[in-house]
Amino acid sequence: MTARTTRFLQQWLVFAGLVAVWELATRAARAPFFPPPSQIARAMYQQWLSGPASRLFLTDDVFDHVFPSIGRMLGGWAGATVVGVALGVLLGRSAVAMDFVGPLLAFGRAIPPPTLVPVFLVLFSLGTPMQLATIVFGTVWPIVLNTVDGVRAVDKVKVDTARAFRIQGPQWLFGVVLPSALPKIFAGLRVSLSLALILMVISELVGTTNGIGYQMIYAQRQFELPAMWSGIVLLGVLGYVFNTLLLAVERRALAWQPVGNHAQATGG
Amino acid sequence: MPTMLEVTDLGHRYAAKDGVYTAIDGLSFTVGSGELVCIVGPSGCGKSTLLRSVSGLLRPTTGQVRLHGNLVSGVPADLAVVFQDYSRSLFPWLSVQRNVEFPLRRALGRAERRERARQALEQVGLTGAAGKYPWQLSGGMQQRVAIARALAYRPALLLMDEPFASVDAQTRFELEDLLLRVRREQDTTVLLVTHDIDESVYLGDRVLVLSKSPARVVADLTVDLPAERDQITTRESERFVAMRAEVARLLHSPPAEVAAPARERAGAVVGE
Repeated sequence: MTARTTRFLQQWLVFAGLVAVWELATRAARAPFFPPPSQIARAMYQQWLSGPASRLFLTDDVFDHVFPSIGRMLGGWAGATVVGVALGVLLGRSAVAMDFVGPLLAFGRAIPPPTLVPVFLVLFSLGTPMQLATIVFGTVWPIVLNTVDGVRAVDKVKVDTARAFRIQGPQWLFGVVLPSALPKIFAGLRVSLSLALILMVISELVGTTNGIGYQMIYAQRQFELPAMWSGIVLLGVLGYVFNTLLLAVERRALAWQPVGNHAQATGG
Repeated sequence: MPTMLEVTDLGHRYAAKDGVYTAIDGLSFTVGSGELVCIVGPSGCGKSTLLRSVSGLLRPTTGQVRLHGNLVSGVPADLAVVFQDYSRSLFPWLSVQRNVEFPLRRALGRAERRERARQALEQVGLTGAAGKYPWQLSGGMQQRVAIARALAYRPALLLMDEPFASVDAQTRFELEDLLLRVRREQDTTVLLVTHDIDESVYLGDRVLVLSKSPARVVADLTVDLPAERDQITTRESERFVAMRAEVARLLHSPPAEVAAPARERAGAVVGE
C-alpha cells in the first residue's frame, strides 16, 4: 500500500466511522428532526440523481436549483476576483492610495455581508442581480487586501533587477508584480470562495424562487426534514469539491514555489 | 583604451535618525573599455551604494556618472547587473531559460531570444538545466543563471555586486574563472565590487581600494599579473602575494594624505 492510499484511508475512515455511528444513534433515537444518514442519502438520490439516463441521471431539480446556485456563486466569485485583483494592484502599487482608502477598506470588510442582503433587495429586488451583488460585495475584501499585500511585498532585489534590465509597463506588471503576489492572491481567493458559498445560500434563503437555499427553506417549511438535510449535505459536498479544485489549480499555478511554502491569507 | 565609465566626485548621503549619513563621498575613477575593475573595500563602506549609483538605480546626492560620455540618470540601456543574492534576483516563477530570456522580451523576437539564451547558458555551462526552476539548482548554478542572464543582454558594462560572496569556496573559484573566460570571449567591460582582497587581485586588471565609510578611493592599483590566471599558480606567485598584501595594508591603514579626511569623518554621522 502506498503512502498516498494509507493517507486517503486514514482520512476517510474516521469520516465513515462517524457517519456509521450517527446512523445507529439516529435510528435508535427516532428523533424526527434528525433523520438517519441513509434516509438523507435516499432523499438526495431521489431529489437529484434519479433523472433520465440521457441527462446523466440528473433530475430537473439539478437544472432548476443546483446549477443556478452554482452559477451565481461562481459568477459572483469570479466578478469579485476581477474587481478585487484590479483594485488591489492599483491600491497596492500606489504609494499613497492606501493611506487614503485603508480605513475605508477596513470598514467595508468589517460589515457582515449578510446584513447587506436587505439593502440589495431594495436596490435590485428579488433575483439573481441581488444575489450577485451580495456575493461580490461579501467576497471582494479578502481578495483586495491580499492583493494589496502581495503586490506591495515584491522583493527589493527583484525590483532592482527589473529596473536594472529596464523592465517596465505590462511586462513589469504581469511578469514581476503579479507573479510575486500570486501566492497571496490565491490565499485570498480561497477565503473568498468559502465566503461565496455561504453568501450564495444566505441570499437564496431570502431572495429567490430557486436555488439550493430556496429548496432548503421550502423543505423546512413543509417539514420535509430529509430534504432540508440533503441540502445541507449537498452544500458541504460543493464546498469541499470547489475548495479541492481551487487547491489543485493553485498547486499548478504555483508549481514554481519550493515545496511547503504557502502564503497565509491576511484578512477575510 | 577609450574610457567607458567616468565617475566624478560621486557622493551619497542618506537622512538618518541622528542627522545625515554619508555613505560615499567624493569618489572619482574611470573604467576603460574592456577592462575588468575590482572595487574592494571594508564591509559596510558603501560599496553597494556606489554600485547602485553607477547603475542609475540610485540618484547620487553629488557628482555624476557618465557612460560613453553620456550622463547617467536612470538605468542606461546597455548595462546589466549581477547581484549578490541570486536567490532573490532570479524570478522563481520562470524556468532558467525564461529567466535568461525575460529581459530580452522587449527588444527581440522569440527565436532570437531563445538562441541568445541558449548561447548564454552554454557559456556558463548550464545547457542541461534550461528547463529547470531556480530552486531546483544549487546556489552556484543559480548565480550562473544570473550571469547568463546578464551576458545574454549583451551589456557594454557589466556591474557585479559581490557576485560570489554567497557561494562556497570551491564554487567561488569556478565562478571566478568562468567570469574571466566569458569576459574574454565577449569582451565585456566589468566593474565588480567585492570585500574579498584575494578575489579583487585575482580577477582585476585594476583594483580600486576604498576607505571606510564614507567611502573614498584610497588607491588605484594596476594588477600586473599575466592575463591568463590560474587559481593555483597565480595565487602562489610572488607578484600576487605582494599585491594582496599591498591591498590589505591599504585597507587596514590608508595612506596619511587620504586617511586624514577619512578619519575626520569617522563615525560618518555629521550635522546633528
